[in-house]
Amino acid sequence: MVVYLDHAATTPLRPEAREAWLEASAGIGNPSSVHAAGQAARRVLEESRERLAAALDCDPIEVVFTSGGTESVNLALKGLFWARAAADASRRSIVVPQGEHHATLDATAWLEAHEGARLRSPRLDSLGRLDLDAWEAAIGDGAGVALATMLAANNEVGTLQPVSQAVLGAARAGVPMHLDAVGAFGHVPLSFRALRATRHEAGAPVGAGGGLAAMSIAAHKLGGPPGIGALVVARDAAPTALLHGGEQQRGLRSGTQNVAGAAAFAVAAELAVAELETEAERLRALRDELVARVRAALPDTSANGDPVHRLPGNAHLSFPGAQGDSLLLLLDLAGVAVSTGSACQAGIPNPSHVLLAMGRDDDAARSVLRVTLGRESTHADVDAFVAAIPDAYERARRAGMSRREV
Amino acid sequence: MSGGVDSAVAAARAVDAGHDVVGVHLALSRAGGTLRTGARGCCTIEDAMDARRAADLLGIPFYVWDFSERFKLDVVDDFVAEYSAGRTPNPCMRCNEHIKFAAVLEKGLDLGFDAVCTGHYAIVRPGADGALELHRASDAAKDQSYVLGVLTAEQLAHSYFPLGQTPSKAAVRAEAAERGLTVAQKPDSHDICFIPDGDTRGWLAERVGAETGEILDRSGEVVGTHEGAHAFTVGQRRGLRIGTPAPDGRPRFVLEVRPVSNTVVVGPKEALAIAEISGARYTWVGTAPLGAAEGFACDVQIRAHAEPVPARAAVVPADGVQHLVVTPDAPLDGVAPGQTAVLYQGTRVLGQFTIDHTVSAVPLSV
Repeated sequence: MVVYLDHAATTPLRPEAREAWLEASAGIGNPSSVHAAGQAARRVLEESRERLAAALDCDPIEVVFTSGGTESVNLALKGLFWARAAADASRRSIVVPQGEHHATLDATAWLEAHEGARLRSPRLDSLGRLDLDAWEAAIGDGAGVALATMLAANNEVGTLQPVSQAVLGAARAGVPMHLDAVGAFGHVPLSFRALRATRHEAGAPVGAGGGLAAMSIAAHKLGGPPGIGALVVARDAAPTALLHGGEQQRGLRSGTQNVAGAAAFAVAAELAVAELETEAERLRALRDELVARVRAALPDTSANGDPVHRLPGNAHLSFPGAQGDSLLLLLDLAGVAVSTGSACQAGIPNPSHVLLAMGRDDDAARSVLRVTLGRESTHADVDAFVAAIPDAYERARRAGMSRREV
Repeated sequence: MSGGVDSAVAAARAVDAGHDVVGVHLALSRAGGTLRTGARGCCTIEDAMDARRAADLLGIPFYVWDFSERFKLDVVDDFVAEYSAGRTPNPCMRCNEHIKFAAVLEKGLDLGFDAVCTGHYAIVRPGADGALELHRASDAAKDQSYVLGVLTAEQLAHSYFPLGQTPSKAAVRAEAAERGLTVAQKPDSHDICFIPDGDTRGWLAERVGAETGEILDRSGEVVGTHEGAHAFTVGQRRGLRIGTPAPDGRPRFVLEVRPVSNTVVVGPKEALAIAEISGARYTWVGTAPLGAAEGFACDVQIRAHAEPVPARAAVVPADGVQHLVVTPDAPLDGVAPGQTAVLYQGTRVLGQFTIDHTVSAVPLSV
């Protein structure tokens, strides 16, 4: 029996979402087809879009289904950059904080290398929280800025970012902003509409296109299946499309739409948002207990990220002198699944770029584990982790940092 | 598990033998800091994938261990430094010495494992006194005991080579196919893994630099020029491009590479004959041979696939340092400083040393 404590990588598929997927996948018909079968498929698709829009607090037309978080982030960043630079060639800068997800870092690095983008990277503080002064300084008066982007919650250390203030800053300067909510949606309260509204508060000119323009989400982080996500694209935002073809979804994302995936996504999102308050409270208590018990048993360990403003199920722990990948291996062999960081990096252990951005050194950035609880996590899972970690830490610390002895 | 057929079958046999086996793939290179854009020839994503699929089939856990930093320091940088110093290193031996049976083994032992199991063709077995010995593999054509000559007694005690008794590589491939391993027909790797296109000269030129230098004959006479001494190895005949023929009209061979002065010394084939080799960097596989100080009979092998040559060896002090001095019964050909000499008695590997000095069998007048 595997103790699964890696919900930030992916969550188990909820039975309700699986049911919805099976039901929708039993139908035939391309939702773009004109005949009755197509119309039936279209109906399931649009109902799913509406339900997801309700969970997001946005308009259905603003929900653009994609293949997942990475595609959503790429569409937002490249699409907004191209559109903004096409309208005014002086807009070359992208405000992209340190410690963002690799989808963002790699997409913006690509834009820098191939499309003439210039990156401005506001720093994080020692808790992984975006430095708002640095953010506002990077945005400036908005001149020359194509867009700004940020994570709603850091996917590794779990720190919740000051999203409202950051959106306000972008709105004031008339800069469109992308919010990466892949790991946050369904776990902390988020309202696209409310975040959009901050531009009125900012007194931004109507039609200037500043403030929250797009938001990335993905189904498999909240009990839905992998392979489906969405980019919420504000009505007045017009990113350039990445994919060209049938002109589906406002022409922003050509390609036959994934009806069954959308149906499963909608159900999972709806349930996650409905249960959010009670589930978050439960997970916070469970998570705090896990951290407290680990620190009591192993006084050398410490918890990273903001202790209060953090994702409910996320515990991010430092184990000085031990490599995270050694701990991961030993825990895995003991039947406990955890992570050293985002799954994309986990094949080959790099030092965590988030920890480095938080001012920690290379060794510290290699000596971490991310333990993420989810809907089906229980006290028994916490017990199993707390039971397995002392021996793993002792052995992993003996193996050390795998450096050459000088 | 490299992703090749040998380590996959070795892992399968270890599982069959009832061991608790975990597959580990070593990430030894990360071009540009990440694997995603990684090198083609070494530790490619495809190799890692092949290793992972073999582990899946065997039903064993599989992990990637990153030793790229240590590999660069201990193997790649050493390779460049050795060439820069005019020596001809063997990077596979450095990898066995510093990575596979050192860094990886140490980490494994610390984490609670008992041994490193690899697909090397060699045999570990107890000798007459009960101490472990390293022997040549049953299949002489595949024998890899030469590159394991760096192992110490402690390392030997934690090394496990399930392929040592296999009659042939073909048998291993057949076994892999029978087991359903997808790598059964994967080609063997031959070249230096961190030089993916096999162009060692070009690779070295980028790192060592290529400056025009002189080609001298044995009397010190300038007979030509070259585009960088590192591109030459002792025994090489082709690519010298010397305009004037030798006085006797016979072909000339590289006898010596002098990186400090960026010169290459050439001469007749007979002058390649080496009567004595010696080095201070020596190790024994297990117990030191009896009579090491007085001298003992052995066979010496100077390349992975060279013929062993009968010789006498002795440990001799010089300048306050112990040197292993080996005198082959017949002169050796094409020996370059930096190469590793491995000593055998029958099939048993006694030890190894890095050749620091060579003594020509032929006086200058030839």
